[in-house]
Amino acid sequence: MAVCVAVIAKENYPLYIRSVPTENELKFHYMVHTSLDVVDEKISAMGKALVDQRELYLGLLYPTEDYKVYGYVTNSRVKFVMVVDSSNTALRDNEIRSMFRKLHSSYTDVMCNPFYNPGDRIQSRAFDSMVTSMMIQVC
Amino acid sequence: MEAAAGGGCGSGPPLLLSEGEQQCYSELFARCAGAAGGGPGCGPPEAARAAPGAATAAAGPVADLFRASQLPAETLHQITELCGAKRVGYFGPTQFYVALKLIAAAQSGLPVRIESIKCELPLPRFMMSKTDGEIRFGNPAELLGTKMQIPYLITEKNTFKRMDDEDKQETQSPTMSPLASPPSSPPHYQRVPLSHGYSKLRSSTEQMHPAPYDARQPLVQPEGASTGGPGAKPPRHQTSLIRSFSVEREPQDNNSNYPDEPWRITEEQREYYVNQFRSLQPDPSSFISGSVAKNFFTKSKLSIPELSYIWELSDADCDGALTLPEFCAAFHLIVARKNGYPLPEGLPPTLQPEYLQAAFPKPKWECALFDSYSESMPANQQPRDLNRMEKLSIKDMADFPVPIQDVTGDDKQALKNTVDEVLPKDMSEDPATPKDSNSLKARPRSRSYSSTSIEEAMKRGEDPPTPPPRPQKTHSRASSLDLNKVFQPSVPATKSGLLPPPPALPPRPCPSQPEQASEAELHPQLNRAPSQAAESSPTKKDLPYSQPPSKPIRRKFRPENQATENQEPSTTVGGPASVAAAKPHPTVQKQSSKQKKAIQTAIRKNKEANAVLARLNSELQQQLKEVHQERIALENQLEQLRPVTVL
Repeated sequence: MAVCVAVIAKENYPLYIRSVPTENELKFHYMVHTSLDVVDEKISAMGKALVDQRELYLGLLYPTEDYKVYGYVTNSRVKFVMVVDSSNTALRDNEIRSMFRKLHSSYTDVMCNPFYNPGDRIQSRAFDSMVTSMMIQVC
Repeated sequence: MEAAAGGGCGSGPPLLLSEGEQQCYSELFARCAGAAGGGPGCGPPEAARAAPGAATAAAGPVADLFRASQLPAETLHQITELCGAKRVGYFGPTQFYVALKLIAAAQSGLPVRIESIKCELPLPRFMMSKTDGEIRFGNPAELLGTKMQIPYLITEKNTFKRMDDEDKQETQSPTMSPLASPPSSPPHYQRVPLSHGYSKLRSSTEQMHPAPYDARQPLVQPEGASTGGPGAKPPRHQTSLIRSFSVEREPQDNNSNYPDEPWRITEEQREYYVNQFRSLQPDPSSFISGSVAKNFFTKSKLSIPELSYIWELSDADCDGALTLPEFCAAFHLIVARKNGYPLPEGLPPTLQPEYLQAAFPKPKWECALFDSYSESMPANQQPRDLNRMEKLSIKDMADFPVPIQDVTGDDKQALKNTVDEVLPKDMSEDPATPKDSNSLKARPRSRSYSSTSIEEAMKRGEDPPTPPPRPQKTHSRASSLDLNKVFQPSVPATKSGLLPPPPALPPRPCPSQPEQASEAELHPQLNRAPSQAAESSPTKKDLPYSQPPSKPIRRKFRPENQATENQEPSTTVGGPASVAAAKPHPTVQKQSSKQKKAIQTAIRKNKEANAVLARLNSELQQQLKEVHQERIALENQLEQLRPVTVL
């Protein structure tokens, strides 16, 4: 269950960012922003390595006392960043991976829409609903 | 009332409301105020009228109401500002009435200005699909004003939409059937001149798109009569047509199994959509690519986010292309949107591709195909994923432009392994899928709508590389003849001995010369005679080729074999002697012919490979020479320089 999900374009501007509404959203935005540095570091470390599914998933980027930030990068250098609550029962790596896979496939669906110009903000309702399903249900 | 309202709030401009407008506005105001208070059914109009000065309409219902007017957001903002609500911070009656007047003005196409409301205007129109029940009571004027689900976007009709709009009008608004009549008499100047053959339809349905300046009159007119019979409106236009439309609609309503009437596609609409599809893509079983569809739908002048959302709804398998049912669904949604219907949250069941394909089988597709397709319908998701993979892969493969719309069971198995892979990785599978399809081609592809066209395309695609496995060996002769003209098989020399000159035998596959020759003998008696007659001429040509490997017996007859008849005596001579012996040979010959075919194809491939490698070799030799020369030149330079350094 993510607390915040963000899709960052290749040029490091956000295409989509959504947080659980009750929290101070700015904090999440800031965390996502700082995590981009870590993402870039990991990408450059990969270098010319073959990019396969495993290496698309970057894993835990950095933990804070309350949250963990996970990253995933696609072949076109579009980054998905997910912030999860640490206090939440430790999510297995597989679950995170599957969440990223879902994100990735929804993102591809958005791309398939000819009316979507790459680089625009993502306004697809299907994408929204998919992300909602992944977010924590805050009462 | 008006004076009081006008004088009550000095900031508002003096309003002149007609009787109808007065009632309508007060009703709406009451609803908004009532809704704000939590009252479900809105208080009676009289109560509202009694205390307009005190009530304020809450922002929520007002905003909803304004949005229902189908105006763009910035217009609504303008209206809100102008009416003074922003200034005073609430929607008092004055502001509300001014706002309603401005909405009416905006809907009539006038600029949003205070001056606009000074002239006579029709009632503002709101899409109140849900609240129809609420407002059923009240004045006829109010009824008409709010229930009239008339599309507002009059000026934006394009040629391709007109027919649909009209049809949509008929089918989308069951509640409108009684009210369909408020006609605006002449096709208004804002309508694009309609040049379809459906002039009658058009003119009658245009009644439901009241032009700005005419609308008011018909509105005023039926006011008095509307509460009476629904069908008895005094239209200015052909009542009969209207009634026929409403009659048309009712059977549809009765037949519908789904509650969502607006999302049902009628036959006419279906025809129209299919024609439009054909204009974009001649093959109805194929699909329209994303960019083509984008250009087409952009013509509808809907906003890009809306089009994007419509695409999302209609492209069920998210492959970036629209098949015919997807296209119809998308088109229908666009038409609905243009007519003012809000877009649904999800694709309505009547617009689902399976439903559309089931409901409207294509006439040119055979029933057998259709039945078998319906069998495969339940397995939705997987075929969809497979279709997506397949479509993408096929699109990428320029050689196979024909898409496979429906996946046969055979194909499913072939493609199962690709389901879980990420789409870009399908590139590796791509060569496999068409080849699988090709191999499956021989089996009747009954589950695909376009089996015939796909088969043809596959055959065309296949012929160049390998000879397709023909079920009937008899016809293979033609292709094998062609092959044999290219190649001079040396193999048959030995095999010729195997083939006695037996005449009276069923036709056999004949990829090689001697077999051809034997078949040439055979063909007179056989039921292949007609085909052989046609092939006899190529046979004659081939006989000269076959001279070296052919049997001695044949050589005797060769000079005589210029005509088919000459072969007959030879066959009859050899016939009785070797009928028995010939019988065991067919199977042997078949197998040997298969082997020969295989060998010949292998030979050809090897030759091609040889040619390619030889070319490559020569190029590399050339490069090697150049490199050598460079090296020599560099060594020379080195030699020249060395004495310098030494000294």
